[in-house]
Amino acid sequence: MDKPYARSPLSPKTNYWRRVIASKYLIFMSLPMLIYYLLFQYLPMFGIMIAFKNYNVRKGVWASDWVGFKYFDLFFSTPDFLILLKNTFLLGFYSIVWGFPAPLLLALLINEIRSSVFKRFVQTVSYLPHFISNVIVVSMLTMFLSPSGGLVNSIIGLLGFEPIYFLSLPEAFRTIYISSGIWQGIGWGTIIYLAALTTVDPHLYESADIDGAGRWKKMWHISIPSITPIIILLLILNIGGLLSTGFEKVFLLYNPLTYETADIISTYVYRTGLVNGNFSYASAIGVFNGVTNLLLLLAANYLSKKYKQVSLW
Amino acid sequence: MKSGKPDLFTIINTICMLLLISTMIYPFIYMLSISLSSHEFVVKNEVFFWPKGFTMEWYARVFADDRIFIGYRNTIIYVIIGTISSLIVTSLGAFALSKSHMIGRGPLTFCIVFSILFSGGMIPTYLVVKSLGLINTMGAMVLPNLVSSFNVLVFRAFFEGLPAELEDSGKIDGVNDFGYFLRIVAPLSKAVFAAIGLFTAVAIWNDFYTPFLYIKDQSLYPLQVFLRDLVIAGQLDMEATAAQRTNNTDTVIQSLKYATIIVGTLPILILYPFLQKHFVKGVLIGSVKG
Repeated sequence: MDKPYARSPLSPKTNYWRRVIASKYLIFMSLPMLIYYLLFQYLPMFGIMIAFKNYNVRKGVWASDWVGFKYFDLFFSTPDFLILLKNTFLLGFYSIVWGFPAPLLLALLINEIRSSVFKRFVQTVSYLPHFISNVIVVSMLTMFLSPSGGLVNSIIGLLGFEPIYFLSLPEAFRTIYISSGIWQGIGWGTIIYLAALTTVDPHLYESADIDGAGRWKKMWHISIPSITPIIILLLILNIGGLLSTGFEKVFLLYNPLTYETADIISTYVYRTGLVNGNFSYASAIGVFNGVTNLLLLLAANYLSKKYKQVSLW
Repeated sequence: MKSGKPDLFTIINTICMLLLISTMIYPFIYMLSISLSSHEFVVKNEVFFWPKGFTMEWYARVFADDRIFIGYRNTIIYVIIGTISSLIVTSLGAFALSKSHMIGRGPLTFCIVFSILFSGGMIPTYLVVKSLGLINTMGAMVLPNLVSSFNVLVFRAFFEGLPAELEDSGKIDGVNDFGYFLRIVAPLSKAVFAAIGLFTAVAIWNDFYTPFLYIKDQSLYPLQVFLRDLVIAGQLDMEATAAQRTNNTDTVIQSLKYATIIVGTLPILILYPFLQKHFVKGVLIGSVKG
């Protein structure tokens, strides 16, 4: 046999160009995607430097003056900082506490439905809210909770109480946000659990039948332990996203009356940067949030690696 | 399995499931019936399940509103252009990353994964979009979300799973990488294209963040921004108040708003049952890798 191609006595440089030529079609094919990443992902990351500058619209990103950590210091010293951090944390934390077990519980119950037609119907119906936009969900909430003729208040009215303007109550915001979030996500979240439950060995259930185990016992001693690795993996992923609550739904749902519990970092960044025009200050807050998210995710990945050698990436 | 009388567990479980189904469906039934009822019944709080005093008046008024029409037109344009271009760019790029002879494959994949973990954030991204001159153009609706890293990874995992013999047979026929992708890989990947295409289409249809930040020109607004202005931000209330204030204005607005919401949700409600299985397939394709 001839000498293998890879051992050819070429310099590494020639070899490199050879590989470039060998992948010329692939390079060409990936070019649009790479340009996208460069422009819309990495250029903004580069633009983070305005958090360390005094951004001036006329001077632009490059020519604006450096100010170091001024805006970070400013943010950490305002009373807003602790409130925002608390609001962002609590919204994410309660979302996990209430929102994480819900689909798991539902999946276990769906898994116990014997009629396959009814099962499919429950699944189809429960996935539906996942496809309803945040704008529509918040529109529905606004309407149902409205003090003048909203569904909830007309029921309260029938019971003989005064109407309540729920969306103006800071203490109700998290409950509204999280319970509607469960409505949106509970069905969709079952998909992965249900897929995992189909892989459980049916012999386990059969031998439990012989031992006289009831359905609760089988659920508790067979179903749940069988999908524990997936549960833990998803929980870790959720914890990784604890502080990254999205802008959209909070923005649509909150109003100045509920800022004290509803205002989170991303909505504050929007008002500071795009409404009030403090681009540098807003970027600094955004960077703070991005870095905390990154650290949480890395910690989550470390945990999942430790637990069962499963890495998230 | 034993047949005969259902046991207690089955009864309780069935009741739970029926409760769940009603919380998922009832809001839509309620909105439909209010939006189809005449206001003398709505004002007395008599409408809960079925329309009373059936009327299409509210829908006639919603469809007479140019904004709904413009919103629909723009959303459909953005969904079609955005989905097609996203599928093309994402699948081509993911295919390149799935080939072991692609140069820089490892570092490029790392860059893509890293962008899931960390991003420039709202303000720097806004400044980039602005400096590219995309504010108030269709480009702002398509380009900033053209590629989702998650979709790249799903496509790549799928392409990597194709048998190597396929490529060998292609090589014998003398096709290059691009021809191999176009003639052999793409036709075999219809299911992934369908699943990712559907997710992308729904994401664009439902997106409020992108147009809210980058589009200020009403003639380019997609449906979601109009819906938010009309229903949540209370434009309909203000217009009704400005026109005339009578004691039934509130209920008129209410019916009108419900009709608006239904009009905005209808395509998804109608198409969803037919597309549902593709969505589920898509999640499962994605989670195989996860």
